[in-house]
Amino acid sequence: MIRAGCRKFLGLVPQKNNQAPVLVRLYHERVVDHYNNPRNVGSFDKNDPTVGTGLVGAPACGDVMKLQIKVDEQTGKIVDACFKTFGCGSAIASSSVATEWVKGKQMEEVLTIKNTQIAKHLSLPPVKLHCSMLAEDAIKAAIKDYEAKRGQSGENGAPIEKAADA
Amino acid sequence: MATRLLASKLREIYSSSRGCPTRFRALSTAAAAVARAEPSPLQQEQYEDTEGINMKGVKISGRPLYLDVQATTPIDPKVLDAMLPFYLSRYGNPHSRTHLYGWESDLAVEKARAQVAALINASPKEIVFTSGATESNNISVKGIMHFYKDKKRHVITTQTEHKCVLDSCRHLQQEGFDVTYLPVGSDGIIDLDRLRSAIRPDTGLVSVMTVNNEIGVIQPMEEIGQICKERNVPFHTDAAQALGKIPLDVERMNVSLMSLSGHKIYGPKGVGALYMRRRPRIRVEPQMNGGGQERGIRSGTVPTPLVVGMGAACEVAMKEMEYDDKRISALQRRLLDGINAKLDGVVVNGSSERRYAGNLNLSFAYVEGESLLMGLKEVAVSSGSACTSASLEPSYVLRALGVEEDMAHTSIRYGIGRFTTEAEIDRAVELTVRQVEKLREMSPLYEMVKEGIDIKSIQWAQH
Repeated sequence: MIRAGCRKFLGLVPQKNNQAPVLVRLYHERVVDHYNNPRNVGSFDKNDPTVGTGLVGAPACGDVMKLQIKVDEQTGKIVDACFKTFGCGSAIASSSVATEWVKGKQMEEVLTIKNTQIAKHLSLPPVKLHCSMLAEDAIKAAIKDYEAKRGQSGENGAPIEKAADA
Repeated sequence: MATRLLASKLREIYSSSRGCPTRFRALSTAAAAVARAEPSPLQQEQYEDTEGINMKGVKISGRPLYLDVQATTPIDPKVLDAMLPFYLSRYGNPHSRTHLYGWESDLAVEKARAQVAALINASPKEIVFTSGATESNNISVKGIMHFYKDKKRHVITTQTEHKCVLDSCRHLQQEGFDVTYLPVGSDGIIDLDRLRSAIRPDTGLVSVMTVNNEIGVIQPMEEIGQICKERNVPFHTDAAQALGKIPLDVERMNVSLMSLSGHKIYGPKGVGALYMRRRPRIRVEPQMNGGGQERGIRSGTVPTPLVVGMGAACEVAMKEMEYDDKRISALQRRLLDGINAKLDGVVVNGSSERRYAGNLNLSFAYVEGESLLMGLKEVAVSSGSACTSASLEPSYVLRALGVEEDMAHTSIRYGIGRFTTEAEIDRAVELTVRQVEKLREMSPLYEMVKEGIDIKSIQWAQH
């Protein structure tokens, strides 16, 4: 035991290299991946009654997201989703992740998706948290639009030009 | 018993030193600790290898094309050659009066001073070396106003100045001075009549930069100088981006103070100069106190190698100015034509006539600047968009131009320099076009425009 103590004292035990990584990653790999290979970019027909469109953000802030969901009327399940975004890499990644997560889920379930979950999945730095907020708003706006369309069954859907308020 | 074990271990270590040097060194000083330490992640070898470069989550196959000369420039090899002897053999302090090292160093500094002065048609006695254009701007703005603080309480500057000038003015405002920030037109040029009417009897300084670092517009220096001469107001200009690129003449422009930077003209970083007129004499309060070097304006040892580098860079610039200008103008045309041929919705920010050719600031409609930069990893350019700054505000220069908020978010600044080649420009065009097209596919605004909806008529939900 003393021998072990001596060895440690004299620094003979190989030191583990426990230097923490110092390079600050600006973009998480997932963000870069979503940017280079975005999933579900596209558009559905706005006037289709099974489609809900959420348009949030403002060009003045530098972020605009359009998220569209196609809902199966019988089951209330989201069968398809697509998006288009004007914004930075984090915004594109957030909306891309949002479309991936809403597919195949029930509408009520999707309303529980929080921006913190998206931010955690993409390791967004604090300055980019508003991108995930916008993605959450876009999901809610799309659902709201679909409900509004269904509520006004027979008439045309609510005017899409007016952006939904979150 | 413990001490005996300790002693035996020590003996073991000392005797087997050749076999395990690290263990031996465990007992010695910090110097050995450095030798023993494994290379830290910060060292170059960690992110550059034969397969390419991996840094900050980005993988690219080689070093990017450098099109950001407004940020800094590579050092010209001729300049480096001039500097090296002053690091290795002629390393004296130029203020040492008693030996050869000091004398030869001083001679080199004076030669560099003359080289810098020749480029702006000034006398060497009017040049003071500083640590950069930021320091020169600080001395000019704060130094002159503090000197004349009893009589002069007003400063005039523009909204598109460099941050160091604007921050110095803000500092003066906090001390109780008045500052007028002149607006600029949509072409980036100030209105001379507004300048004339803004001058008051107690105006102590007019500060207008010669070439803007973000948009590259050239202000009407001679006219401004004429106005300042008539009204007897000192005229300061930040010529960091203009030196060696457009012809500068302190007599013709009637400038009292001029800030110059070394690393924008293919010289070393960490050095700059300040031109201070002697007839009529301009006086400033020094911002660096000490032994009274540089005529008491800027105390501190003058860094001989850096200053020699700046002098050499100025001399090279004087010889190459015309050739560079022709070449860079041609490259700028190539870049602009290449992009316009394949894309629509491209806007040049700032005046097209009164601009320096090596600075091209473009806005691509319906595409956001930071996402474009993310895709342009193989080209080193910079953007005035919000996401590249910490706040959500777009660049203040673009806002001062009156650029619409959504277009201000999309700007990219291309810098073309002495060492930029045609192949680099072509590749930059190709990459830009490809990225913009891809992002426009993803953009809801572009889709709306294609459908014929007027974006300006939409009511957006603000956060």
